[in-house]
Amino acid sequence: MAKRKLQEINAGSMADIAFLLLIFFLVTTTMESNYGIRRKLPPPEDKNAPPPPVIKKKNVLEIVINGQDKMLIEEEPADVKDVKKIAIEFITNNGKDPKSSDNPQKAVIMIKHTRETSYKMYISVYNELIAAYNEIRNRYAKQKYGKPFDKLTKDEQKVVQDAYPQKIAESTPKR
Amino acid sequence: MGKFSKKKDSGTPAISTASLPDIVFMLLFFFMVATVMRENGERKVAVSMPSADQVKKIEKKGLVSYIYVGTPIKKYQAKFGKEPRIQLDDAFANVADVGPFVLKERAAKREEEKPLMITAIKADADVGMGIITDIKEELRKVNALKVNYSAKKGEVTSNFKK
Repeated sequence: MAKRKLQEINAGSMADIAFLLLIFFLVTTTMESNYGIRRKLPPPEDKNAPPPPVIKKKNVLEIVINGQDKMLIEEEPADVKDVKKIAIEFITNNGKDPKSSDNPQKAVIMIKHTRETSYKMYISVYNELIAAYNEIRNRYAKQKYGKPFDKLTKDEQKVVQDAYPQKIAESTPKR
Repeated sequence: MGKFSKKKDSGTPAISTASLPDIVFMLLFFFMVATVMRENGERKVAVSMPSADQVKKIEKKGLVSYIYVGTPIKKYQAKFGKEPRIQLDDAFANVADVGPFVLKERAAKREEEKPLMITAIKADADVGMGIITDIKEELRKVNALKVNYSAKKGEVTSNFKK
């Protein structure tokens, strides 16, 4: 009797307690998918700012989306899956086609939409435009540095970004 | 005491479950870390986000303010109608409330974190751009220029399937 050690506390129920907590957290976890398209808005309008420089019409790719989600690119009907190809051709034109952009630095893509245009349409078109820029940048990065854009250093990325700046403008629909 | 020390010594011993708590704890900690409590407020609008494949992950979740846009869920439709509405924190809001909401969120952050703040717009795929444009205008007014249009990872063509 005297020789016997103090009996250990039974830890068998520890698992049950832990399970209880585990199930609680399992249920409350939403695993929020925090993905999205990042975008910087233009700064608030300044009344004293000088008027914006006039951009030649040929340097603007005009995308118009109406309330029924129908799209016109440069006054030609187009589908979402065509946007990327058209955008790439427009940006990398470099003066080849006299009606298209002079060079990538000057090329501006303009999105006009109405208040009735659906959000999914807008996001889809936007996504395709970003895809177009990403593809061009990737191509340029591979050609210049032999690596895809993501693998470049910050400075190299800057060079590529400056060569193909993302210029996407939006017009605010009237109320 | 003999009553307690009686022990049968027959057959193979049962598998030790002593490490079970450890395993469960491991899982527990994982879920504790992965859970974002802040986000678990009641969602009053139905949001089914559009798909896009050029999405990027938001790293700093703590610096994100969320704006939900969608049609009110069934429970609230009688009161708020079926038109898309904005939800900020836990309540329905108007477009005019977006600016003060962002300013309030900004005031709660440390000085060095303020320029890094992002506003995530979680809008339903089918809402009109009108309400989104209004929100963007409000955000511009309060100089919250970093926005993030929340989207699922996926092909854009899946947005137009019925």
